[in-house]
Amino acid sequence: MKELVISGNEAIAYGAIRAGCCFFAGYPITPSSEVAEELSLKLPEVGGRFIQMEDEIASLAAVIGASITGKKAMTATSGPGFSLMQEHIGFAAMGEIPCVIVNVQRGGPSTGLPTHPSQGDVMQARWGTHGDHEIIALSPSSSQECYTLIIEAFNLSEEYRTPVIFLTDEVIAHLREKLVLPDSKSINVVTRKKPDVPPENYKPFDTSFGKVPPLADFGSGYKFHITGLTHDETGFPTDDSKKTAVLLKRLQDKIIDNRDKIVRTDNFMLDDAELTIIAYGAVARAAKEAVLAARERGIKLGLFRLITIWPFADKEIAEISKRMKAIIIAEMNMGQLRTTVESAVKGRCNVLTVGRADGEIVTPSNILEKVKEVGIVH
Amino acid sequence: MYTEIAKSYLRKEKFPSVWCPGCGHGLILASILRAIHKKGWKKEETVMVSGIGCAGRIPGYVDFCTLHTTHGRALAFATGIKFARPELNVIAVMGDGDAAAIGGNHLIHAARRNINITAIVFNNFIYGMTGGQKSPTTPRGFFSSTSPYGNAEPPFDLCNMVKGAGAVFVARGTEYHLPALDTIIYKALSKNGFSFVDVIVMCPTSFGRKNKLSSDATQNMEWIKSISIPKKKAEGLSQEELQGKIVIGIFADSLRSEFVEYYEREILKEGKCPKNTKSD
Ligand code: SF4
Repeated sequence: MKELVISGNEAIAYGAIRAGCCFFAGYPITPSSEVAEELSLKLPEVGGRFIQMEDEIASLAAVIGASITGKKAMTATSGPGFSLMQEHIGFAAMGEIPCVIVNVQRGGPSTGLPTHPSQGDVMQARWGTHGDHEIIALSPSSSQECYTLIIEAFNLSEEYRTPVIFLTDEVIAHLREKLVLPDSKSINVVTRKKPDVPPENYKPFDTSFGKVPPLADFGSGYKFHITGLTHDETGFPTDDSKKTAVLLKRLQDKIIDNRDKIVRTDNFMLDDAELTIIAYGAVARAAKEAVLAARERGIKLGLFRLITIWPFADKEIAEISKRMKAIIIAEMNMGQLRTTVESAVKGRCNVLTVGRADGEIVTPSNILEKVKEVGIVH
Repeated sequence: MYTEIAKSYLRKEKFPSVWCPGCGHGLILASILRAIHKKGWKKEETVMVSGIGCAGRIPGYVDFCTLHTTHGRALAFATGIKFARPELNVIAVMGDGDAAAIGGNHLIHAARRNINITAIVFNNFIYGMTGGQKSPTTPRGFFSSTSPYGNAEPPFDLCNMVKGAGAVFVARGTEYHLPALDTIIYKALSKNGFSFVDVIVMCPTSFGRKNKLSSDATQNMEWIKSISIPKKKAEGLSQEELQGKIVIGIFADSLRSEFVEYYEREILKEGKCPKNTKSD
């Protein structure tokens, strides 16, 4: 078993290659640049291609172009670059082109705090591109998870023909820690469904094969059309309201119907807890410390960690809320997930937020202060 | 024969097209299709990418691998396709607003990179699809729905710009000079590197109407003819004499190592990706 000491950003690059990523297009931006740097070095060694584009809009465009030729492709960016990518996140969602977008969150809005961590893009990840759409967003908490979860990100994008956002943060990106490379057998690599009908019968959005239609590659003998316009199952534009409704419903259903398979969460000392923290990314590490400290003082605190941010773990949180006195959401923003959590909790317990948007990570003592406010006395 | 060749590359069931009567887009498209035919490119190995606008709709009508993308970004998508799968023949068709305004940066970088893509601009000096607003190629003083007093800005000479950015083939043709256009586009497709063709074409609905030219296709052609001047002839003329004229011909035809070939030769260490995965 091979062990490395590596940063989250490097682990993302290694994991992407393990997932079968053959194409990277990106634009330099702090604090994500190491992903590009590492892939510019490593991709040529495995026959992959790296290109530095003129901006983030072009980067995701090139990624989508590469993906349509059948290559697993990704980009990596941060705050302002993620804003620029929204246009093509929508195109990938509409054209159902698999791709992975890494967003190493930094302080915002605008250029904000380039070298400081944040989790201020969770709502942008959900609704940043215009129009109704579902999205998958994952958030790792360690270098180890950067490696394994980026493989999952590729798998989900391939399986559901959808863009997947990998929502990490500056702390996880730059923290160097142990990565144990999993052995081959423990890694599952998924590749998109390809058509088995003859080219003349192929329709790129044919729902007779299920809600995720097989996707042919440009250059594999299949000729077809992809557009960002509303289209029917043949891929050609339509403004027929019935067909539009069918398309938008299917784009939603293919994610929502499979949410149980997509939603990944983690628990820490939750079984007997009376009070739980909900956290993700770097903050989940501080939350774990807070749980241990609280337990020493006899407070039954637990941690519910979101690994999948979108689709949201609403069912799971609803379940937990039944046995909690309160839920504390800890995140590096001013409470972006609060209303989403509240609508899952539906008043069954108190929901509080400990949020920071000052460029510093939420600390265990920040969380413990909030715990005091709840006032569970033993 | 002339039109039959072009017809054999069309998705006939998609017609009638969205284009207005008298629009020159169909003529230019036919010229592109004849050039592709002459190249002998297989339909399933040819990719046509577009952005947004009246020219953006072209890929929907042709029987290739076609990608209708976002406004201005056709070349960025095309770059991904060509780099990922260099054996494909990749053409990007764009409008003037598409290529020169919102997509201007992608255009100059594709030229600088010298990636083997042919970019063809349907340059009608106007945003046709959105109702006739001025574009970066609208001549000074000309009218549009956003230059009701005449355009205050000087236009881009796209060929100059793209040549300056490093394209190995740069030419301009018009919808009037079709046999010459066929040759130019054929040469562009044959070039190994970034090739660029600026095609002057009439939008009778917006540009023609706003500038009191004509809604009649033949008269529009005559107008294009009257402002066109071959490069050879233009070389002897002063700036004043060239006022209001459009110079047509080939402006660059040079050699420079192509980006993907360079990458494969100098940077790529291993031929196939992914290797050693179960999925492959
Ligand atoms: S608006 Fe102008 S460019 Fe567009 S289809 Fe009509 S005539 Fe052609």
